[in-house]
Amino acid sequence: MDAYLISVMTFIGIWIIMAMSLNLLVGYAGQVSIGHAAFFGIGGYTVAVATVKMGLPFPIDLVLAAVVSGILGGFLGLPALRVRHDFLVLATIGINFIVVAVFQYTPALGGAYGIVGIPPIAIAGVELLGLGMLLLVAAIAVALFVLKALLLKTWFGVRLIAIREDEDAAAAIGINVASTKIWAFVLACGGAGIAGALYARQLGSVFPENFGFVESVTVLTMVVLGGAGTLIGPVIGAIILGGLPEYLRFLHEWRYVIYGLLLTVLVIFERDGLMGPESRLRALLTRLLRRAAAEP
Amino acid sequence: MSDALLALSGLSRRFGGLRALEDVDLEAREGEILGLIGPNGAGKSTLFNCLSGHLAVSAGRIRFAGRDVTRLAAARRARLGMARTFQLGKAFQSMTVRENVAAGLGIAAYGSFWRSLAGRASGGARDRRSNAILERFDLRSQAGARVRELPMGVQRRVEAARAFATGPRLLLLDEPAAGLTHGEAEAFAGMVRGVRDAGVTIIVIEHNMTFAMRLAERMYVLVDGRIIAEGPPEAVRADPAVVDAYLG
Repeated sequence: MDAYLISVMTFIGIWIIMAMSLNLLVGYAGQVSIGHAAFFGIGGYTVAVATVKMGLPFPIDLVLAAVVSGILGGFLGLPALRVRHDFLVLATIGINFIVVAVFQYTPALGGAYGIVGIPPIAIAGVELLGLGMLLLVAAIAVALFVLKALLLKTWFGVRLIAIREDEDAAAAIGINVASTKIWAFVLACGGAGIAGALYARQLGSVFPENFGFVESVTVLTMVVLGGAGTLIGPVIGAIILGGLPEYLRFLHEWRYVIYGLLLTVLVIFERDGLMGPESRLRALLTRLLRRAAAEP
Repeated sequence: MSDALLALSGLSRRFGGLRALEDVDLEAREGEILGLIGPNGAGKSTLFNCLSGHLAVSAGRIRFAGRDVTRLAAARRARLGMARTFQLGKAFQSMTVRENVAAGLGIAAYGSFWRSLAGRASGGARDRRSNAILERFDLRSQAGARVRELPMGVQRRVEAARAFATGPRLLLLDEPAAGLTHGEAEAFAGMVRGVRDAGVTIIVIEHNMTFAMRLAERMYVLVDGRIIAEGPPEAVRADPAVVDAYLG
């Protein structure tokens, strides 16, 4: 397979992990965050420090990235206990700026020059490059997809949806709203940390500007476009928005106009996202699948 | 009193300079249907919010099932057996009727994150319990429907069914007949009596005086944040203070 295509697909796989993690927070728990890239970055920088400065091997660096991002994400959950809706969005944007500034102005993290020379992942002495890395990212994405589906089938899944629907009503049936929110942030940010870890390994370097506001908006758009609160939606959103800019590369800078236009049209005509419960596309696909299944 | 499941003493709630509740004493006895009536703005819903823990009290104490719950969070009170519905209706809109009831049945798993990681596999005793609750609230035929697609009267039953599913000792119903037709309100009253017969103590806030008088066995009248009368419905109806302040 073409090395460029493999690289694009690997990054799409990383975006899928990011979008799935944000979907847990936004789509299921109803806590809108436009600061998710901060935890993507924390995961990336954790791996950079763990490998370049401490020489830790895979998968210890990956686990460390998930744990550090998850714990710091839990702290991000604290403002969500006091503010809701628009104010929470502003708070998460603020946190994204703070985290990027910390990357930028901390000499130990390389400041604006970032951290370079992150080695590729090696398993049993064999470096995963190209297709090997793509397969690893795909395997982790599938594992996280299954884990998320299983999580949503537990009572914790009910807790998430209940606080999204109505926090007062959730509390009235015995749900600890504060703890549910904090755990939602821990799990979602831990997932972003895993994505960041893979991103750093794939790219071989981390820079503050890789984890800014634009990346946060991009991943939120993937979730909303695909269908927040659906299992498959963010995967579809990440494939489209992760792949489209590459596919339209021949249009040079004009591709962003088409990209923006497409987004606007989709949001107007499919407010629930492409795979949302009220989506026309989902209804059409369901009809086609049923028809195909009914045919002898 | 020894048979009081719930006892409020000296309960007050202030919002800035406004005294929404002032020195309220109230008791609910095990197994009764207690009515709480009063004109708009009397403080009825504020009292419910203080009772359920959705609002902190400014002064006073709340004892429930023999323990002081004044400082406990709403979720803790719910897990101790205090369930409620809301004046504006808060059934989970994107869930189906059956999922709403199931959400109530999960109460034992909501205490900690780790406990809530238990799977909620369907089948067996939980499905039977779920079906029995749907039956009790006449929701079997709409079990698979999304709540947001259902009329208000059905949504109120869904919310009550979800509250009942938590297995409460005390059920607080906030204006359950609001927005219902006469027939729906009558049917709902029958369901409430059935819930009481199943061993649940009920406090019902009602603006609809006729509905409240027919349903409750004992009543409190709240006016301007104070209890002005207490007793059986007939006695309350004849109380000059009630006639003067509320019934006109």
